[in-house]
Formats: sequence, structure tokens, C-alpha cells
Amino acid sequence: MGVIGALAAGLLFGVGLIVSGMADPAKVLNFLDVAGTWDPSLAFVMAGAIGVAAPGFWLVRRRKAPLAAQSFLVPPADAPIDRSLVIGAAVFGIGWGLAGFCPGPALVSLPLGTQGAVAFVSAMVAAISVGALLQKRK
Amino acid sequence: MTPTLFTPWESLAGGALIGASAVLLLLITGRIAGISGIVRRLLPPYGTSAPVEAAVFIGGLFASPFLWTLATGEPVRQTVTDSLSLAIVAGLLVGAGVFAARGCTSGHGVCGLARLSRRSIAATAIFMATAAATVYGVRHILGGWPWA
Repeated sequence: MGVIGALAAGLLFGVGLIVSGMADPAKVLNFLDVAGTWDPSLAFVMAGAIGVAAPGFWLVRRRKAPLAAQSFLVPPADAPIDRSLVIGAAVFGIGWGLAGFCPGPALVSLPLGTQGAVAFVSAMVAAISVGALLQKRK
Repeated sequence: MTPTLFTPWESLAGGALIGASAVLLLLITGRIAGISGIVRRLLPPYGTSAPVEAAVFIGGLFASPFLWTLATGEPVRQTVTDSLSLAIVAGLLVGAGVFAARGCTSGHGVCGLARLSRRSIAATAIFMATAAATVYGVRHILGGWPWA
């Protein structure tokens, strides 16, 4: 059941990215270009997503456990803000602002086979892998 | 740069689907729908990371553009950079950044904000600011990516 749920969630997530316009880097970059050709659409993506997720999460978390796992694996909401979070978020934002891709839309674009998506995802996965390797050594 | 069409209703509806996906994933697997974290779970060490579930979720992402085209008869409209150097630099920065921040637009920006996580609120404010500053710098100061 966990696998079927993950597949359904992946499909739904991907279609949501496409319907919303998030899968188009031109739209993302215009959302970020407040001083230029600003397209505020993506604020509506966040509003729609949080508008469903906030009450949905609240309802789900009233359960003792998820349907197909022993327990919820959710970080505490009051975990401390550390240097790694601040620097990581800043670096991520720079990359996002360069190509207009964040991880989800980049993965949805990969099978469409544009050179930009293939190069972006390869580089992104390489960087995450290096991080994982360094972390394993510690 | 080239303007794009303002699409409040489509964006709201697509956002609602993303939110529904996150609720579904939490209900069934007990996990946060953060894409960078799900990619991370494909890599060892595995421990409690349920890599098969993670791979199947990403399989769903890969299948989604084909499902969309099958259902609507429309291609996925997107304009992707044709600069290889820009794509690689951006991919490296995004990969390193989301690894260190332990989340991206989905894990922090959607799921984290929806559950009022302090770290996610901070992360989202920071990546929105540096992304907007980057677009400003590239478009309005440099006049485009200089190494295209």
C-alpha cells in the first residue's frame, strides 16, 4: 500500500506542477522578476498548496499512525535554525533564480529530454550525492 | 524578458493538487512530500529511508507529463534554458543548497509552511530572497547569463 500511495502521490504532484505552471522555468523566473516582467501566478500555487496541505496535515496528524507505516517521520516544527539551513537555503535560491528549476519541476521535465533539464538534473543529483557521501564519512 | 500569461486559477488548482499529494503521502507513508529529501532517500545509507517508496514516487513524477498529455492532448509547455553552462551551475547550486538546507520549495516552501515549521519559514524567506536577487542581478544588471 505504501508503494501504491507513493506512486499516486508522485503522479498527483507532477500533474499539479504542470497544471500550475511551475514546470515552466520561464514562468518561475518571471515570478521572481518583480522589477521586470513579473508574473504573480506562482503565489497562487503556494496559496493553493498550503490551503489544502495545512488543514489536511492537521487532520492526518490526529491519527496515531499513517496507514502504511509504523509512525510519522516528520521533523519537529520548533527545531532550531542552524547555519547549514541558512547557507543552504541561500545557495539553493541562487541556483533556482539562475535556471528557474527547483527539484520537483526539474524531475518532471527530465523525461521530456531537453538538454537543459538533463544537464540540470545530472548536476543536482551529483551535488546531492557528494553531500550524502561526505555525510556518511563523518 | 518575455512576459508569461498570468494564470491565477490554473495555478491555484495546480497548487491544490500539490497540497493534496502532500496530504496523501503523509496519510499513507507518514512522510513529508519534499522532493529533495525524496531524491536523497535514493542514495545510501538507507536505514529507515524506504528507497523503493522514494523511487516509485519519483517514477510518478517522471510519468506525470505523459499522463497530462494523454488526458488533455496538450504538450507540456515550458521554456528551458539552452545554455549548458547555466544548467550545470544552477543544478550544482540547487543540489548543494537543498542538501545543506534539508529541503527545497516543496519540503520547506509548501509542507513546512503548512505545518508552521520555524526552520521552513526561515528557509523559504531566504531562498525566495536570494532567488529574486539572482534574477534581478542576471536580468537587470548583467543583461543575461554572460557565459551562454
